[in-house]
Amino acid sequence: MEPIRQIRSRTAVLPSTNIDTDQIIPARFLRTTTREGLGRQLFADWRYGADGSLVPDFALNRPEASGCSILVAGRNFGCGSSREHAPWALLDYGVRAVISTEIADIFRNNSLMNGLLPIVVDETTHRWLLEHPGAEVTIDLESSTLQLPTGVRVGFPIEGFARYCLLNGVDELGFLLSKGPDIAAYEQRGRS
Amino acid sequence: MKTMFQKVWEQHEVVPETADTPAVLYIDRHLIHEVTSPQAFTVLRERGLAVRRPDRTLATIDHSSPTRTEQIFGGAPITIESAARQIAQLQRNCADFGVELLDLKSELRGIVHIVGPELGLTQPGSTVVCGDSHTSTHGAFGALAFGIGTTEVGHVLATQCLLQRRPKTFAVTVDGALASAVTAKDLILAIIGQIGIGGGTGHVFEYRGAAIRALSMEERMTVCNMSIEAGARAGMIAPDETTFSYLAARPRAPKGAAWERALEHWRSLPGDALAGFDRELKVDAAALEPMVTYGTNPGMVIPVSGSIPDKHGDPVFDKALAYMGLHAGEPIGNQPVNVVFIGSCTNGRLSDLRSAARLLRGRKIAQGVRALVVPGSQLVKKAAEAEGLDRIFIEAGAEWRESGCSMCLGMNGDTVGKGEYSISTSNRNFEGRQGQGARTLLASPLTAAASAVRGRVTDPRQFLNA
Repeated sequence: MEPIRQIRSRTAVLPSTNIDTDQIIPARFLRTTTREGLGRQLFADWRYGADGSLVPDFALNRPEASGCSILVAGRNFGCGSSREHAPWALLDYGVRAVISTEIADIFRNNSLMNGLLPIVVDETTHRWLLEHPGAEVTIDLESSTLQLPTGVRVGFPIEGFARYCLLNGVDELGFLLSKGPDIAAYEQRGRS
Repeated sequence: MKTMFQKVWEQHEVVPETADTPAVLYIDRHLIHEVTSPQAFTVLRERGLAVRRPDRTLATIDHSSPTRTEQIFGGAPITIESAARQIAQLQRNCADFGVELLDLKSELRGIVHIVGPELGLTQPGSTVVCGDSHTSTHGAFGALAFGIGTTEVGHVLATQCLLQRRPKTFAVTVDGALASAVTAKDLILAIIGQIGIGGGTGHVFEYRGAAIRALSMEERMTVCNMSIEAGARAGMIAPDETTFSYLAARPRAPKGAAWERALEHWRSLPGDALAGFDRELKVDAAALEPMVTYGTNPGMVIPVSGSIPDKHGDPVFDKALAYMGLHAGEPIGNQPVNVVFIGSCTNGRLSDLRSAARLLRGRKIAQGVRALVVPGSQLVKKAAEAEGLDRIFIEAGAEWRESGCSMCLGMNGDTVGKGEYSISTSNRNFEGRQGQGARTLLASPLTAAASAVRGRVTDPRQFLNA
């Protein structure tokens, strides 16, 4: 994984609350055995009409959303299934961070594992972002802060070890594998 | 003073959490299926890793598997090529890495959350994970069970462990007794309606109180199954005699002296009476009615006798109603339905099928309504057939299928048509969940069966109290 320090981008805004993983990528696209190329199916049922053409007024289809790598979404983004295809699809499409007031647990974990930043902000900041689509914002992972074009800078919570992994481009599997002796000892004294 | 969750958590800490690192948590049971595991096996191959504990890993085929008998047993090809490829990949991965697979024709195959409990693999005080959010089902046994993504499936395959921060605890106390025709499904839908679909985020539920104690194991699984629909990754119920008698005769439960040792451990699991929770909710079971959803998430739920609320000008709410083709202020009763689905990891167990059959016996499904009954596992199917439930469904006009996730998410081609209304015993009514443009109303097997007969959303008490 590439180390992540800072993401600077204009935002695309999907104000709906409770955007579930079935919307992020519908189940019919999960019949795959690889993780590549899912960006085309991101928000498929919202992005495309029945004939496969782009729905012009869907936020990500508007010309000004082109090239945005930060998505601002309504409360409780990513609820529903555990499909990691959801962050894979977002990343493949070009989204590198999702900002909301609340992000569902499994989606948040899956995002961190893949270098998609799940950023939870306070209501005031969120409201400002919802009202200003296309705002140029900067996410600084080192300082765990989000800076608005107004100059306002707010902190966001991120689990320390996940942040370490993201900043250094390492994955958690290596760390877990290094715990092999502890795991073996646990199994030795195990109840079963 | 410890809650049950705290006890189970601490017993599985290989390395406790610190300010800098999450806990290394040991996983007793890892269940895998064809959809969320292939990319994890790819990582093992790329890094030259083995499955650390194949003996703690079990694979089944459920999400993309066909439910048509001829495609499972009759030699007919699986219609959807990508599904066939995914299934073949799981077969290859299990063979290459020495993981036991309940293959397509296995008499033990079924939905992953039905199979674990019925084999006796899901045990009190254990940790259970699967690349599926409804892994919360297994918490009905007093296990700590939660869904994970594919990267974490790889972590468990390689190390039998996960890195986890300790979640908060949330007591859901249900006092009183459920009225006749009010089921475990109605109870959990009502709870989700109260907590909201994100209300449990960051927490593990513990369901307790007289109404929970009175539930059978299958009913407890229905309740824990939908914990994730309130945002909680896990929901637990303290093990008791109901739990132990369910497990006693299961093929993979401990036997002899090991059973006695296990019982002693299991009896120590319930939380200390004075242990505190981070949050609490109290629910009066006696006040509940049969429930049905009207919107596009499971928290948008009302009694079947009720009317759709009006949230004047809330755009997200209005968008949901527009998708559903329903209107604020209107009663949900008598809403026509096109499709009835009875099955899924929420309501695909034998008692669910009995419940639907009780209502359908000697009755006919309304003309023009398509009803699909999909047992949760091949063992459930066999048991249902042994008591003639399949005949009741077929004579009523329903289709009787092989086991799988089927129309809960439509990955295998069992889908609801665009704009059609489906009353479904599954767990999610998200837009498009059962098929592009499908409109899902979640309900209990009793309510779904009653609605099948009338062709309209129907309170099952209209039949049962008559």
